[in-house]
Amino acid sequence: MRYLPLTTDDRRQMLHAVGAESIDDLFVDVPEAARLSGPIEGLPMHASEMAVERHMSALARRNLVAGEVPFFLGAGAYRHHVPASVDHLIQRGEYLTAYTPYQPEIAQGTLQMLFEFQTQVARLFGCDVANASMYDGSTACWEAISMAGRVTRRKRAVLSSGLHPHYVSVARTMAKFTGDTLDTAAPELNAMTDGERLLAAINGETSCVVVQYPDILGRIADLSAVAARAHEHGALLIAVVTEPVALGAIKSPGEMGADIVVGEGQSLGVGLQFGGPYVGLFACKDKYVRQMPGRLCGETVDAEGKRGFVLTLSTREQHIRREKATSNICTNSGLCALAFSIHVTLLGEAGLRTLASINHDGAVRAAERLGKVPGVRVVNDSFFNEFVVELPVEARPVVRTLADRGILAGVSLGRLYPGEESLANGLLVAVTETTTADDIDALAEALEEVLA
Amino acid sequence: MSVNASGWRPERPANGGSGAGDATATFSGNRALMLDEALIFEIGTAETTGVDLDASMLDDGRGNRLGGLARTAPIGLPGLSEPETVRHYTRLSRQNYAIDLGLFPLGSCTMKHNPRLNERMARLPGFADIHPLQPVDTVQGALAVINELAFWLIDLTGMHGVAMSPKAGAHGELCGILCIKAALEKRGEGDRKVVLVPESAHGTNPATAAFAGFKVEGIPANANGRVDLEALKARLGPDVAAVMITNPNTCGLFEPDMKAISDAVHAAGGYVYCDGANFNAIVGRVRPGDLGIDAMHINLHKTFSTPHGGGGPGSGPVVLSEALSPFGPLPYTARTADGHIHLIEEERAEEFSNEHFGGKLDSFGRMTAFHGQMGMFTRALTYILSHGADGLRQVAEDAVLNANYVLRQLEGVLEAPFAHSGPCMHEALFSDEGFADGFSTLDVAKGLIDEGYHPMTMYFPLVVHGAMLVEPTETESKAALDAFIGSLRAVAERARAGDAALKAAPVHAPRRRLDETLAARKPILAWKDPAPVAEAAE
Amino acid sequence: MSRYFTREHEWIEVTGNGATVGITDYAQHQLGDIVFAEVPAVGRTLAKGDEAAVVESVKAASDVYSPVSGTVTEGNEALSDDPSLVNSAAEGDGWFFRIDLTNPSELDGLMDEDAYKSFVAAL
Repeated sequence: MRYLPLTTDDRRQMLHAVGAESIDDLFVDVPEAARLSGPIEGLPMHASEMAVERHMSALARRNLVAGEVPFFLGAGAYRHHVPASVDHLIQRGEYLTAYTPYQPEIAQGTLQMLFEFQTQVARLFGCDVANASMYDGSTACWEAISMAGRVTRRKRAVLSSGLHPHYVSVARTMAKFTGDTLDTAAPELNAMTDGERLLAAINGETSCVVVQYPDILGRIADLSAVAARAHEHGALLIAVVTEPVALGAIKSPGEMGADIVVGEGQSLGVGLQFGGPYVGLFACKDKYVRQMPGRLCGETVDAEGKRGFVLTLSTREQHIRREKATSNICTNSGLCALAFSIHVTLLGEAGLRTLASINHDGAVRAAERLGKVPGVRVVNDSFFNEFVVELPVEARPVVRTLADRGILAGVSLGRLYPGEESLANGLLVAVTETTTADDIDALAEALEEVLA
Repeated sequence: MSVNASGWRPERPANGGSGAGDATATFSGNRALMLDEALIFEIGTAETTGVDLDASMLDDGRGNRLGGLARTAPIGLPGLSEPETVRHYTRLSRQNYAIDLGLFPLGSCTMKHNPRLNERMARLPGFADIHPLQPVDTVQGALAVINELAFWLIDLTGMHGVAMSPKAGAHGELCGILCIKAALEKRGEGDRKVVLVPESAHGTNPATAAFAGFKVEGIPANANGRVDLEALKARLGPDVAAVMITNPNTCGLFEPDMKAISDAVHAAGGYVYCDGANFNAIVGRVRPGDLGIDAMHINLHKTFSTPHGGGGPGSGPVVLSEALSPFGPLPYTARTADGHIHLIEEERAEEFSNEHFGGKLDSFGRMTAFHGQMGMFTRALTYILSHGADGLRQVAEDAVLNANYVLRQLEGVLEAPFAHSGPCMHEALFSDEGFADGFSTLDVAKGLIDEGYHPMTMYFPLVVHGAMLVEPTETESKAALDAFIGSLRAVAERARAGDAALKAAPVHAPRRRLDETLAARKPILAWKDPAPVAEAAE
Repeated sequence: MSRYFTREHEWIEVTGNGATVGITDYAQHQLGDIVFAEVPAVGRTLAKGDEAAVVESVKAASDVYSPVSGTVTEGNEALSDDPSLVNSAAEGDGWFFRIDLTNPSELDGLMDEDAYKSFVAAL
């Protein structure tokens, strides 16, 4: 077997050296009844690289590849161009096959990268500090709610109706077990976000207000008033960013008073990958750093006084604090954080701003074009690269019909909000730098035909 | 206060001198191939970019629809051109140790070879470039990967079902514990509030149980490093929800009483959670389902060779017993007789349960957006297909053989607290007993760095003073093991003899010992631009 | 004025109805370099054995238990700026909190300095 270097002769010598007659002697602690005498039945035996590749490629071919068709899906996962050097660099064995940097003298590569990543995330979000990443945006969002509970010692969170429904679901699952109360609502198909609802819901028992920015329907609203009201009542404002490219164009949540900003970093460097692995971003104000979940990398010096980096403030974490830890998270999303960081470094501030402009201008162009399709109404006033159109019919079957015609038209709100009839005609359309003018025309023309 | 059980007493590194008078010092500070690298914030600029974007979609004429919230203040993100970027990250990479460079004996972490075929398969556009919310008809191949991997995991563990969406081991633990909580509530026994966890457990176990609202109590170990069955039985009762056990345990030992433990816990109305971090030791030779386990997470990044990536991403599917399967998280996949693979999300959960499972499914809910770590599934499935049932069995055998070889070759020079009780499984545990005064496990670890190795896991498990946990894995040759054993023996002998030079180790690494105390007392967690220097007077 | 010790390595020095609490020199030495200390808020009421404060090295976090019941009158703010005081003067300037005792008879069960010394010597 190509991954196993021991030869038959090695095994014999080594068994002899450990005083065992056969390999079974080393499994003596396993009760007789639980020992399997041979390979598990019904499963295939080992296979060549070629055979495995053939099998996997056949499965891959049964999927409709986003890059091969006009493609408009978003809703928390966006298709952006990832520069070739990103994937090349993250495949270097020194990154790919390293462990968590617990031995800093021989992990400065990962550690310095994480320090740079933390700084990039903090600046993008307008916060003081960021951690070394979480699993993804949805789990980062719950961790933020949980952290706000620790900071305020309250257990009632107010969630904006514009928060991604999967993120709401995750929070709901967790809250069921932790005893937190979540004030939630479904969004309405109009241009206004639910700022008024949030302002009314905040009171002296509120631990935090959670607002997505831009929200699930792509709408952009100033967070300042909600921040002020939350702070008046001793609550924290958590902002959730599922499309970080937007922050190359619009103000950061930190600038508008958010205390914790979390997000999904998939857009930069990571790719679609059918939903994972992605990378959770987590940033906050300095004063809350000891309540943060996850790993943190910090600067220090070595015995010769040279600058170096280490994982720090580890006493917050499970391997030391055990049942009193701020979170049970251990593994994070290091390699995706690296991909994110390399992509942001390649872009730089100028590149990110240009990228954001291309996304936005493309989306404006698409909104104008789709708005001209008879019966179709663009719901948003404001948006970055994603907006909702209301169709004259239920959107979900339209999406399926267009998929058959080789167009991935967007995410129907029926998929995201099953059972919410008021949203059923909504179609969420995302446009990125990978979308061409021809793609937009193809979508508009196909819609015209299907709706005719 | 409780004193420090692990024996790890952090102290600031002694100042090793600046090396300025060193005859080998260089002008740059570099040493041939050992190159220092500045931060991007020191070498990049806000104007520089390494990406040429296609500006054809740019259109200033339309005006923006950003709701009056355009970002006008500088963000502070430096850019680098592509050659600078490649060089920056390549230089940094060379300051990392990795499996690709050598043996990585981190106990409990299963640092095995990461086959590159896995990487190639995960990057097929059919897997890498599909959106999680595409119509399910357009992603049947991806769902087939999930379904096929699920089939293997169920068969290899002898369990009833599997939850695929957890993002990593600790997330899987949480999934298992939430299944247990949901099952108890369904039975009307939600008042069972105690989870029993051995002191040797991974920190994630008690953290997970506490996160889910349980009270954590310890389980005593016996002199052989195993769970004390009688003490455990005595503690079981109507308040105990579950026990969380690692098997093989974190001392690298199989729990021979596992089945008896499970039976006792079940008889008392509780469930058995098994931390599957050490599944590599038994894959293909023992099925956890035969040991009475109700839930076990599987770290795909350990047993099934998906790369650790410097700390993730991982993936932590959880296999479940028949009793717990109905409560697993959404979404899940299911293949119907027509060959179609369904993705069961919130909207169809009830309907699907009624149609195909007699209404028995009662998911506790969603744990993450979308469907789990697809990129890890393709890698793990590629690995599993490569090994097959026979190869996986050989994996466990070679992993265990390699660990026993290390144990027996080193027990003369390092104290091995449980070696008397028989063979170990996939990892060998040593303590710091016998080191000269003032010498610790940390010194041995740092000495190994100079020898060209990543150190073993140190100061874990907590039940052994100055613990050193060595897990060689099956992907090491005998020659590689012999070389490592030679190095570890040499360093251990220095610690026993009190060789003062060892306290300064590492001296050959990119950095000397780092001051973690300083980092924690005055945390610097982000780069701060230096204050602008005032224009020099003209 | 008299000083008592607990088996959990706290010391308590009583003056009248009030007392000062810290961790022993032995304890700080076991922990290594202290990087963080969190002291209880003024006005907090503590029962004997309650977790009153936290002390951390880079690799361990330990709870400091209150040796007696009472109300916290002062926390040592100097520790937040300079936690190394616990290392350099554990049984002096590195104190954690002051407390008004509600039940002075709780002191009866504690060790005096000699008893603590032999207790530690036996560890």
